Amino acid sequence: MSATLPAQTDQSTLTGAEIVLRALKEQGVEVIFGYPGGAVLPIYDALFQQNAIRHILVRHEQAAVHAAEGYARSTGKVGCVLVTSGPGATNAVTGLLDALMDSVPLVCLTGQVPTHLIGNDAFQEADTTGITRPATKHNYLVKKIGDLSRTVHDAFYVARSGRPGPVVVDLPKDILLAKGTYEEAPREEHRSYRPQTRPDGAQIAKAVALLKGARRPVVYAGGGVINAGPEASELLARFVRMANMPCTNTLMSLGVFPASDPRFIGMLGMHGTVEANLAMHGCDVMFNIGARFDDRVTGRLNAFSPGSKKIHADIDPSNINKNVKVDVPIVGDAAAVLRALIEAWEADGAEQDREAISAWWREIDGWRARDCLRYEQSGSIIKPQHAVKRLYEITREMGRDTFISTEVGQHQMWAAQYFGFEKPNRWMTSGGLGTMGYGLPAAAGVQIAYPDALVIDIAGEASILMNIQEMGTLAQYRLPVKVFILNNEYMGMVRQWQELLHGSRYSESYSASLPDFVKLAESFHARGLRATDASQLDDVIREMIAHPGPVIADICVDQKENVFPMIPSGAAHNEMILGAGQAGGVAGVTDEGKVLV
Amino acid sequence: MSDTTQRTATIAVLVENEAGVLARVIGLFSGRGYNIESLTVAPVDAERRLSRITVVTTGTDMIIEQIKAQLDRLVPVHMVADLSLEGPHLTRELALVKVIGRGEARMEALRLGDAFRARVVDASHESATFEMTGTADKIDAFVALMRPLGLAEVSRTGAVAIARGPRSLAA
Repeated sequence: MSATLPAQTDQSTLTGAEIVLRALKEQGVEVIFGYPGGAVLPIYDALFQQNAIRHILVRHEQAAVHAAEGYARSTGKVGCVLVTSGPGATNAVTGLLDALMDSVPLVCLTGQVPTHLIGNDAFQEADTTGITRPATKHNYLVKKIGDLSRTVHDAFYVARSGRPGPVVVDLPKDILLAKGTYEEAPREEHRSYRPQTRPDGAQIAKAVALLKGARRPVVYAGGGVINAGPEASELLARFVRMANMPCTNTLMSLGVFPASDPRFIGMLGMHGTVEANLAMHGCDVMFNIGARFDDRVTGRLNAFSPGSKKIHADIDPSNINKNVKVDVPIVGDAAAVLRALIEAWEADGAEQDREAISAWWREIDGWRARDCLRYEQSGSIIKPQHAVKRLYEITREMGRDTFISTEVGQHQMWAAQYFGFEKPNRWMTSGGLGTMGYGLPAAAGVQIAYPDALVIDIAGEASILMNIQEMGTLAQYRLPVKVFILNNEYMGMVRQWQELLHGSRYSESYSASLPDFVKLAESFHARGLRATDASQLDDVIREMIAHPGPVIADICVDQKENVFPMIPSGAAHNEMILGAGQAGGVAGVTDEGKVLV
Repeated sequence: MSDTTQRTATIAVLVENEAGVLARVIGLFSGRGYNIESLTVAPVDAERRLSRITVVTTGTDMIIEQIKAQLDRLVPVHMVADLSLEGPHLTRELALVKVIGRGEARMEALRLGDAFRARVVDASHESATFEMTGTADKIDAFVALMRPLGLAEVSRTGAVAIARGPRSLAA
């Protein structure tokens, strides 16, 4: 028994709150991100009397969930959140749905009014399980002290098994105060939830046959490879190199394949590279591992990769044949799939058509030569692309382990395009839900997990204001997070769409009455820096990194810059719009496309 | 991929008999925009705390495959089967049909009830309530015939279904 939690001498000497903490400890929880309130006071009281679990006090419950997401995505562990009933729980909902869409394992403990008041419209009562049902992978309301330990253990099992996701455990206050018995995590299999992780051998054989015979193959790797652990990324790199295939990553999976490898053809999708999208469009065999054919990736479905045979490996069978009908479905964990695939590939006697693959590479290199991410940095106005590129180059020169989070919008896409990632778990972004305000609390969560690493939130001036209160959390815990704002005084992605789709009528997208970010940083006990001229950029970046505490760097960038390449809504992969001065681009948004988001 | 042919599927789902499980299933259908033509639920195994849900739905093959996969990944779901795809099966629905009337209309209602093998389970001088089981089509037909004869109220269970022969759905 741990000395830091009360020893269980009598069978019924633990309160519900103590049982919760003991279960968390058994599940390996070291940090909880939370915010107290009436219904969870018993848990806060128990937290006060122990040292095994550290509590990080955020400034808003949404931020608690994003911080736990950042912690979970950078470590591969289950993130843990503690919030009170009513508004505590409803504030957490955006974060929960964010974690659901991006498959992040979390357990969120919510306080609830005592069981006898449930349904009475009591103070700070909310139907938390009702509200969070579509925003979680699963949720529980504990109504008996005897179910408590088992439920918390189950929650962690569900959160991390199969396709990971957030799980809510709703805890009425009387249950937290009741006396009960602690039970260890069950050893036997879960009664009903047993996701398949080992792939079917026959499907692997079909995949190998298709891939061996491919003349224009492409590997499309998604976030599922990250969720399968670092070994899966190593296996992916091994497979891609031995098969000499081009590899593209989704927004979620950047870092899963080294950006510096010549076989990496960049991110794909709406703001992906020309070479990645044209390779997807023109391939004859596509191997999707751990991605879900998201609409931001596929563009117009009936024009998506029309001539290819498609292999789709996913741990979640509901992802298969959801948007795109595939030829070889494989259900399994990405690491297990890649291991089986490499084994079968090596055992298979057939040879690849090396000549055809060389010709395919020449074609890809031709697309690459168009240098679709080229931009002109001339004069004193800082191009946002250049700001990200210099940030990348300077951090790379320094050789420090660097973690990047982002908010949502243009800056997010520039970060994805211009910052190269060599390893998984270094890139934290809100992909599925697109939650502005994600990046700052997520960066705080990463910094808690890696106190000595360089953690940077690449932000926009609009997004950052959505959870700016978390500067207080950085100050309290001395978290040296760097907030790198690409300040173009616009909700840039909204402005870009208004320019392209709505006749440049910039309705409500101007960031009026902005705070002075330097003074704002100072008022939160952080360092504030600003660059308004291209000549200041490098010095500001270096000073930001060198400062031992938290920093806001306000980088005033070109207000008119747009994110290119761009596949307009409702268009196909071969209908990209390119940046100024670049030929190509069929462009034009159709009326059908205008309806899409 | 572009197959737009709609079909009706009868899906059987074995679930944990616990609070909220029906809300999860219904929420899945409404949240993802799937049709529910009927849905029934009742406990079927007290010892193992299992309930059985029968959902009748329509959609393309791709949608129905999605519905099955989405149901299957719910934590309290033990097993999902598309009975209409997996072979011959029986479907039954129970209806209580109340008819109000006197004289010739009432006589005609009782005669038709007989013909449809509906049982009269309650009667007064001016009303009769039939209980009938059968397929949804048969009940539809009976209800349509009762309409001009003083149909007052219908209560239906929705379909329950089971595979023919020795095949069975086991958790």
